[in-house]
Amino acid sequence: MNDRSIAQILVGIDSNTVLSGARQIKTKLITELSRQGLSEEVKVIETGSIGPTNQGVVLGVFPGGELYANITEDEVEEFIQERFVKGRTYKKRLLAETLPEELRLQEYDSRKTQYYGRIVLDNCGRINPEDITEYIGVGGYEALGYVLKEKSPQEIISIVQDSGLRGRGGAGFPTGLKWSFTFREKRYPKYVICNADEGEPGTFKDRLIMEGDPHKIIEAMAIAGYAVEAETGYIYIRGEYKLSLERLQKAIAQAKEMGFLGNNIFGSDFNFDLQLKIGAGSYVCGEETALLSSLEGYRGEPRLKPPYPAQYGLKQQPTLINNVETLANIPAIILNGSQWFRHFGTENMPGTKVYTVLGHINRPGLIEVPIGITLREIIYDYAGGISSGKFKMAQIGGTAGDILPEQLLDVPLECQSLQELGHNLGSGALLIMNGTVSVADFLRSCMKFFVHESCGKCSVCRIGTSYLYEACDRLNRKEGYVDELKNMKDIATTLKLTAFCPLGQSVAQPVLSALKYFEEELKEGSNPNKKGKLPTREKSEGVFYYS
Amino acid sequence: MKVREIVKKYKGKRENLLQILHEIQDLDAQNYISQENIFILSEIMNIPVSDITGTASFYSMFSFQPRGKYIIRVCASPPCHIMGAETIFEAISKELKINKGETTSDGLFTLEETSCLGICAVAPAIMINDTVYGYLTAERIKEIIAQIREEEGK
Repeated sequence: MNDRSIAQILVGIDSNTVLSGARQIKTKLITELSRQGLSEEVKVIETGSIGPTNQGVVLGVFPGGELYANITEDEVEEFIQERFVKGRTYKKRLLAETLPEELRLQEYDSRKTQYYGRIVLDNCGRINPEDITEYIGVGGYEALGYVLKEKSPQEIISIVQDSGLRGRGGAGFPTGLKWSFTFREKRYPKYVICNADEGEPGTFKDRLIMEGDPHKIIEAMAIAGYAVEAETGYIYIRGEYKLSLERLQKAIAQAKEMGFLGNNIFGSDFNFDLQLKIGAGSYVCGEETALLSSLEGYRGEPRLKPPYPAQYGLKQQPTLINNVETLANIPAIILNGSQWFRHFGTENMPGTKVYTVLGHINRPGLIEVPIGITLREIIYDYAGGISSGKFKMAQIGGTAGDILPEQLLDVPLECQSLQELGHNLGSGALLIMNGTVSVADFLRSCMKFFVHESCGKCSVCRIGTSYLYEACDRLNRKEGYVDELKNMKDIATTLKLTAFCPLGQSVAQPVLSALKYFEEELKEGSNPNKKGKLPTREKSEGVFYYS
Repeated sequence: MKVREIVKKYKGKRENLLQILHEIQDLDAQNYISQENIFILSEIMNIPVSDITGTASFYSMFSFQPRGKYIIRVCASPPCHIMGAETIFEAISKELKINKGETTSDGLFTLEETSCLGICAVAPAIMINDTVYGYLTAERIKEIIAQIREEEGK
């Protein structure tokens, strides 16, 4: 490449900064640089999310690595004058002198552990996601080349198994084990699917991974394909994620051109082809069997398990389905080994986790931290504390997640310790709420979501979600029935035990946890004089009827 | 006809039905899948009309009603809810004088509710066609709508 630039300006372009006019700033930077005759020396590079998300347009300047935030179009001229003509920092909008030390929201505090840093997001905000050569420049596609030359599928699977990587989509199933199930089936063709149907409200980690580092997903899918002997891969992506879609399309085209996808990759006899499939607005399609139905062009309703997708998946063939974040861990594990990966996180759940921290906090955004740190650390160390008022509750893992009160702030966010309390880690959304939020109103909003997204296949979920929504609505209006809470508990438990798919079962999580920790507050919504239409219960048969 | 070309592009495969429906909807001036197009599609792809309708109606991004040129999708999920999404919805509804699912009489705007758009960091948020707007307030809504009206010369 005949790039003679001596400095680079990185413009973080993702769905959040676009709103603040990041694209316009980028254009303005380019025109202004050429007007001042600096186009040769200073290069403007588009990159994914740099980190801070409530700071307007964020720019990084290299070498040096200062961060500038909230830059407006009018200031671009002055900024270039100061920074590149006069050669000093542009004080007015300086957010941080260097990238890692100041921005604790992104980088794990080195005082707490000797192993810090990012695995999944290591390239986000540092490379241009639309240029494959930059990804190769930071070691991209090395892992793929290495496994194709040096490793057999069994060896890769045992590396992944030894690393202890667990699925990051919510269920936390061991990834290596999943791979070995698909590998064991000997019917061809097999398929590899990347689940990028990120519909859980409050979760947008996968979107930022795809926007910031699309090639990593492609590389990981090719490795997975080699490991389970599949030659076709699909990325099932939400229809709403336009920017991710564009960047992945570009990335796939580039990878095909460079020979990382297609026939005889790296001169081996391994062929792998990748296709994008677009969803059309359905939450339940994030459930793996529903995703398969949708991929085949049908209503996205879940199927009965077993048989599991590993045996009878897409088109009844053996299929491997992994979440975006899970896949994004693979190249690093292959290159650095499973022991390296175990340095991060806990014994039971090694690695890092990407969280989206939202709500009433000072610095909402995306963080990647070792698994096992507590909610208190995340809120006060990374997210800058509560923005107004006092902490009241947090919902972890999206709308289908548990609502935790203040006394659980010090529980490590990790499968096992949460499961002991009956909770799940979920997808990685952390919604922090202060005292202004009423539990009944918040639950009502959660249930409204489920009423809309319940697919209607099983009656427990279809009717149960509606009943719970109505109950929360009554409580919110302080017109709840006398035994409202008891009924809610019964119905939520029924959902948990008998709903057809994990979606229906998980509806119970927010309800049961709210009932457990905020019973007193919810009780205030019941009107002691109101005895209304209750669901008729046929005790003898143990069946609920809703009239 | 257009539908025939789209089907041909996707080799007439059932697994591409969602992509085909997306394209049919996007090409339609009124942003919807008409009954007529479903009949044509049914004949070309040899799938019963009931099956196509059943599949399409499952997904919230497809519409069987003509919609406005600008589709306003207001996020109604909990992260936006706690930041005041309901007041945003009311502000739009009041400004355009339409309710959920309705289209303005000039055929410019349709108001819809949507599940999480994945831009929760800037909540409350809405999406107008493919453009996303965040950090909304009732005043900001008025500005955005006024701007679109101005661009359309109405």
